[in-house]
Amino acid sequence: MSGFKKDGLSVFCFVLLLLAVPFFLTNVYYINTLTLSAIHAIIAVGLNLLMGYAGQVSLGHAAFYGIAAYTSAILTTTYGLPIPLGMVIGILLSGFIAYIIGIPTLKLKGHYLAMATLGFGVIVYIFFNETIELTGGPSGFRGVPRLALFGFTFESDLSYYYLTSLTLAFIIVLSLNLINSRIGRALKAIHTSETAAQVFGIPIAKYKLFVFVISALYAGLAGVLYVHNLSFVAPSSFGFNFSVELVTMVVLGGMARIWGSVIGAFFLTILPEFLRFFENIEIMLYGAILIVFIIFMPEGIAGSIVKIFAAWRARKSDV
Amino acid sequence: MKRFFCCLLILGIFLGFAPAFGEDTIKIGALFSVTGPASFLGEPEKNTALMLQEQINARGGVLGKKIEIVIYDDETDVNKAVLAADKLLKRDNVIAVVGPTTSGNTFAIEEKFEKANIPLISCAAAEKIVKPVKKWIFKTPQSDRYAAIKILKHIKERKFSKIAIITVSDGFGQAGREVLKEVAPTLGLEIVADEVYGPKDTDMTAQLTKIKNTPAQAIVCWGTNPGPAVIAKNRVQLGIQTPLYMSHGVASPKFIELSGSASEGILLPAGRLIVADEIPDKHPQKPVLVKYIKDYETKFKSPISTFGGHAWDAIMLVVKAIEMGRSAKPADIRANLEKIRNFVGTGGVFNFSPEDHNGLDERAFEMVVIQKGDWKLVK
Amino acid sequence: MELASYFQLLLSGITVGSIYGLTALGFTIIFNTTGIINFAQGEFVMLGGMLAVFALKGFKLGVLPSIFISVVVTTIIGAAIERITIRPVRGGAVLNLIIATIGVSIFIRGVIMFVFGKDTYGFPQFTGDIPLTFWGVAIMPQSLWVIAVTVLLLLWLFFFFKKTIFGKAMLACSHDRKASYLVGISVNKMVLASFAISALVGAIGGAILTPITLTSYDVGIMLGLKGFSACIIGGLGNPFGAAFGGIILGILESFGAGLISSAYKDAFAFFILLVLLFFRPTGLLGLSKIERV
Repeated sequence: MSGFKKDGLSVFCFVLLLLAVPFFLTNVYYINTLTLSAIHAIIAVGLNLLMGYAGQVSLGHAAFYGIAAYTSAILTTTYGLPIPLGMVIGILLSGFIAYIIGIPTLKLKGHYLAMATLGFGVIVYIFFNETIELTGGPSGFRGVPRLALFGFTFESDLSYYYLTSLTLAFIIVLSLNLINSRIGRALKAIHTSETAAQVFGIPIAKYKLFVFVISALYAGLAGVLYVHNLSFVAPSSFGFNFSVELVTMVVLGGMARIWGSVIGAFFLTILPEFLRFFENIEIMLYGAILIVFIIFMPEGIAGSIVKIFAAWRARKSDV
Repeated sequence: MKRFFCCLLILGIFLGFAPAFGEDTIKIGALFSVTGPASFLGEPEKNTALMLQEQINARGGVLGKKIEIVIYDDETDVNKAVLAADKLLKRDNVIAVVGPTTSGNTFAIEEKFEKANIPLISCAAAEKIVKPVKKWIFKTPQSDRYAAIKILKHIKERKFSKIAIITVSDGFGQAGREVLKEVAPTLGLEIVADEVYGPKDTDMTAQLTKIKNTPAQAIVCWGTNPGPAVIAKNRVQLGIQTPLYMSHGVASPKFIELSGSASEGILLPAGRLIVADEIPDKHPQKPVLVKYIKDYETKFKSPISTFGGHAWDAIMLVVKAIEMGRSAKPADIRANLEKIRNFVGTGGVFNFSPEDHNGLDERAFEMVVIQKGDWKLVK
Repeated sequence: MELASYFQLLLSGITVGSIYGLTALGFTIIFNTTGIINFAQGEFVMLGGMLAVFALKGFKLGVLPSIFISVVVTTIIGAAIERITIRPVRGGAVLNLIIATIGVSIFIRGVIMFVFGKDTYGFPQFTGDIPLTFWGVAIMPQSLWVIAVTVLLLLWLFFFFKKTIFGKAMLACSHDRKASYLVGISVNKMVLASFAISALVGAIGGAILTPITLTSYDVGIMLGLKGFSACIIGGLGNPFGAAFGGIILGILESFGAGLISSAYKDAFAFFILLVLLFFRPTGLLGLSKIERV
């Protein structure tokens, strides 16, 4: 099966799965968990483009998630702007700030980049916390209207779930296309060897910035979906802990594997619902996952599954 | 392609795990900050809830049915509070909820209860929770307004006229700050310094240095641990002699533990629970206080805090409302809560009405001073 | 504001700055020997404080023995981290290394949170808490201890790196790993030692500061970040720069909080970090090995 057809079939099966799942749930409450998982998956896919394909690290991605969320919240609630407009502005603002920050930051390499993104994330978090008149400060911002597009309000949890999961499917398609395009190949070249890529005339800085902004836009999209679902937003969702959680999702799922990020996001979002004592071990678990996976399974769950099947198929054809 | 079927499998396994509930019990929800910065408030609240569940069920339950108190920990985090409230309302289908511990978390989840028509009896202090009155929202702690009035009246009695305030930048602290700024001028007191600190700050010498340079004759600090303890220590370190008043937010043993000898002489308004032994026997609250202290300290082998008392009041009020109306339906509970008069609780004697969803006033507070690591009534 | 108040702010700045400096020093030692930025450095400082509290309250030991035990245990943990989690990924991609040290930092924090909870803890100052006052400035005895211990540590490290064979061997590794290996220096041992020494220095810093600032499971993140900022201020790779950068940062923060706004206090450090990284990554003192595209 050609790569393109394989991808198409994958997405189709995925969409079918997503549409069918609600009918198997024993308690309506879990639909919200799935919606949140889909939202996280959108960010994770974007972050994966940055980390897995372009090889850059970001320890402050929660900031872009938060900037869009707060912007849309404030514009639609305090200023009464129509929801679609608020959302678009929020997403674009995230992208714009990523562009501004990206230009100097992406010139740094490795650890300095990591620290810079970390520092940026913390500054944004402090900003959310301290500009109380604007954001409500640590107590959060309430009364955000539920998402409504073209006159239809996504009031029920089920309708919101369908909206978010279809958006996720769309994002996956978009990303798969990106990877299989010229841009994707350039990114892979940069990831493999920046020097070699430069020799081939690839404008490294431009591509890195491009992916950084794209990943911020994804995070922004997730942010506006998040805030118009919960109708509430508070700084603690957008701190360093969440940025780490995002990185863990990508590493767990498999860097440079789009579906891996989806797996990672769903896994880490659903898991707390089933472990009563999860809160106590949450941080420890994320740390352990990062360490174990980076040492033993750097290709993540998705990568490992692929490897296992490839080995199995190879053995089959040996017969 | 095969990775999809794997995803499907993994997803399926998780969803299949969804736990099932539903027996014939009366389910009351509880949301406390058992961990996190407000844990010294939330942990006694949780312990009290567990203790009451046991005691009530041992004597036959309510209306012949056992009660089940479903407790979640919001970790003093606003987001977790919102998510837990969702769980209680949508997944656990409770008939009423007790808590949250903090004012900030209460504000965050209020609307959900108004929409879901389920009563919420908060254990947080901010006056704004019940003023303006919201149909389904109640609270048991004494209002911060009365705490502020108690403090400022005491300062006035000492013939001071200039005060400095230092408040924490969270829901509780900011509510306190607003009330202090509103009430002080009405008592003829001038606020000559208005400092703020963050909930996680570990050093307030900068703010105190600023205050030291003003003519303030008393300092009022409004926050919950650990900030006030740091401020108490910083004040000693900087050699400041100006009297220091705290809010009722520090009325727990943890404050004395964290501030050590710096707590000597600090004044605060508090519920009678922490000075119960000094309360005269004929005071209506005395038997309730003594019994609660005895039960709690025997069971948990640690000293009581006024905050655990707020949970006791909240749960017992719900039970009373159910018994009064002979119904465990949320709407009936709500209506009966408003009818409760002269209910003797740990925080005070409660008198509810459709306009008053707190039921307490200034008389619920006593002025207390910390001497030699213990609470003493100010006579 | 009176002059005395300025001195007061300066003093609190120097006290806290000493710890930033010690943390920065830890970063520098590991960076110099291995080229790695150890994201878990802040956690070493946290462990110094938390484990000392545990030894004090859990085993009822005296203050000094508790600190001694906590520093020893943290040093061992530092060495263990290198062996177990860093060595396997050392040759690999930078991204993997970063994730490994972040993973370690989070794991340590998670374990401490699991075992000790989220509460804040403290222990008494070494020589009591009556402040010494002169010229209107109040100095806590603990501040003097912090500054004194920091200076002593700096002197010891200077002596160690310049005069002892082991120290010189570690420096050699930082200049050229291959050449050092060729002359018979066991690079693995040097790397292990660098982690151990960084943990030691960080833990001491954490322990002596706790009586003033209290400690809890999550103080490591901020301390680590600020320590890194201090490194950048002084020029990454330069130990004196690190210590100097720490003091500068502490003072800037203190004055910022006192004169401008206490709410944004933490943001100062990161803001300075970002500005320096973008415009002058070699730091104020120069000497650094930052790579740019």
